[in-house]
Amino acid sequence: MKTVIDAHNISKVYNKDKIPVYAINNVHLHIELGEFTALVGPSGSGKTTLLNLIGGLDTPDAGKIEINGTDITALRSNELIDFRLKNIGFVFQSFNLIPVLTAEENVAFIMELQGMSKAERQNRIKTLFGQIGLEDKLNSRPSQLSGGQQQRVAVARALASKPQFVLADEPTANLDTASANKLMDIMALLNKEEQMTFIFSTHDPRVIERARRVITLVDGSIVSDTAQVNIYSTNGHEK
Amino acid sequence: MFILKLAWKNLWRNRVRSAITMAAIFFAVLLSVLTSSLKNGIFDNLINNLVGLYSGYIQIHRKGYWDDQLLDNALQTSSSAEKKILSNRNVLHLSARLESFALASTGEITKGCKIIGINPFEENNITLLASKLIQGKYLKEKDNGILVAEGFLKRVRLHLNDTLILLGQGYHGSTAAGKYPIKGIVRFGLADLNNNVIYMPLLLAQDMYGAQNMATSYALSLSNAKELDITANELRRSLSETYEVMTWEEMMPDIKQHISSDTQSMLVVQTILYLLISFGIFGTLLMMMAERKYELGMLVAIGMKKARLAWLLLLESVMTVFLGCIAGIAASIPVVYYFNRYPIRITGDMAKAYEQFGFEAIFPTSLGLSNFISQGVIVLLIGLALSLYPVYTVWKLNPVEAMKK
Repeated sequence: MKTVIDAHNISKVYNKDKIPVYAINNVHLHIELGEFTALVGPSGSGKTTLLNLIGGLDTPDAGKIEINGTDITALRSNELIDFRLKNIGFVFQSFNLIPVLTAEENVAFIMELQGMSKAERQNRIKTLFGQIGLEDKLNSRPSQLSGGQQQRVAVARALASKPQFVLADEPTANLDTASANKLMDIMALLNKEEQMTFIFSTHDPRVIERARRVITLVDGSIVSDTAQVNIYSTNGHEK
Repeated sequence: MFILKLAWKNLWRNRVRSAITMAAIFFAVLLSVLTSSLKNGIFDNLINNLVGLYSGYIQIHRKGYWDDQLLDNALQTSSSAEKKILSNRNVLHLSARLESFALASTGEITKGCKIIGINPFEENNITLLASKLIQGKYLKEKDNGILVAEGFLKRVRLHLNDTLILLGQGYHGSTAAGKYPIKGIVRFGLADLNNNVIYMPLLLAQDMYGAQNMATSYALSLSNAKELDITANELRRSLSETYEVMTWEEMMPDIKQHISSDTQSMLVVQTILYLLISFGIFGTLLMMMAERKYELGMLVAIGMKKARLAWLLLLESVMTVFLGCIAGIAASIPVVYYFNRYPIRITGDMAKAYEQFGFEAIFPTSLGLSNFISQGVIVLLIGLALSLYPVYTVWKLNPVEAMKK
């Protein structure tokens, strides 16, 4: 399998000058193409920090992170932004979309940044909105969509730039069960059909039970890394 | 193009905030245009009053006359010099004058007065002297009569059609004397002029002072008063060194000083106005940046380069300021036009004080295009300068920090 993320002995320390707090402590992480991985752990365990580090939003104080062979810790700020645009899709917990743009424009926005042609954008939008099941909401503003629908548009936007992998930080935190399941169904389907790698930070059991790999963090260190082999979750949704 | 569209949409995402910012800019532009055009209108009126009343925009004398204003320093009138002066593209009218002093006697009363020999037609082109006539008739070139200022006439207790005896020293020490009927009475706002001046045709004055073909000055009116210095320099270059060319500013430096100090005071008022606008705009920018901190962090996180994001915010600010400016300028046009047509009129003691100095007690606005453009541009520049704050904030933006709840 092709390695997508290779993080070597990374650490992130806050409050270095006074009492150092290790948000991430000497973590080694290896993610391969097509994984559907959940980072779990209690609040303050370092899930979001680890996600920010492998997403190039934050830089580690020690260690190296390679994405498809590129050492992102060596990139300069502007190069890192460009790298994120071309290689990483993000889904955040909430307030993911630009409120003044329609669902279609929100997704097109990322492709505009990439300089995709109009025809290419239109094709991609058609495909993505078909995959997330919101073909009829193209012209709706975020305020006209439910929380679940907004997260689905965010997934479409994350995939719009054809990234290497998608990082999702607590994507179901504000969703009801039906919306959360629908969102997970879509991501599982994209993972299966397009071999898209997904990494979630979550403590939502609805997400954890659908993951094929669960990495548990406690106090900034990986305490367990387990593969889940069952294909279907107990509620019948495909993983 | 997409950025432009997004900036435009962002402008209306919080309509109340945008409306407050635009209203602040609108009123700022409206007030600063009004202040500026009123200031310029008052000064233009002041200059027109002074220049139109007496001096002309430019005077040409024989070299040395202004420092030693004696008849013996008068210049020889010359049609070739006059032609040369009138050939300047900015010179509209020229009038030769012969000015000196005399004693005016009625037989019982004798008072000193200023005699100004004029070409009646040409002088009227420059100072609109005929419009100051309150009794009698205006002068003709070959008249033997004189025009007497109302105040002086009261001092010597004479009336229209009475005769006044004038006695003075003529050219090169000759005796100047004559008996002249009062053909008309003129009134000036400026007390100094109204109490001392007598006008007579140039030929008559030259005859009385024994100064044939002589004049103490050429007074000029200009088609474009703003090119005063340029025109004066052109005339200096074209005329021989026996002449001195002086602008009204050089002849009346106290007036120039008054305008200059008033301009400074007005500048202080305008600066306070600009500061108020700046705080208003900056306040809304601060609110906007605080409100959109998470969103800006998210945009950088998903791959929008900071330069592009800064450009987006700059465009939003420029659009807000530009719309406010345009609305302010558009609203100021009818107001400025109204106060130009129906100037603010001062009454009571203040009006008398103004009239004492020879100024009409009115405050008209100036319709000059520069009033609108300069104020619009200044407010636009303030807006642009303040827009650097969001640019700076974006430059320093850390997406992780910005997206912390």
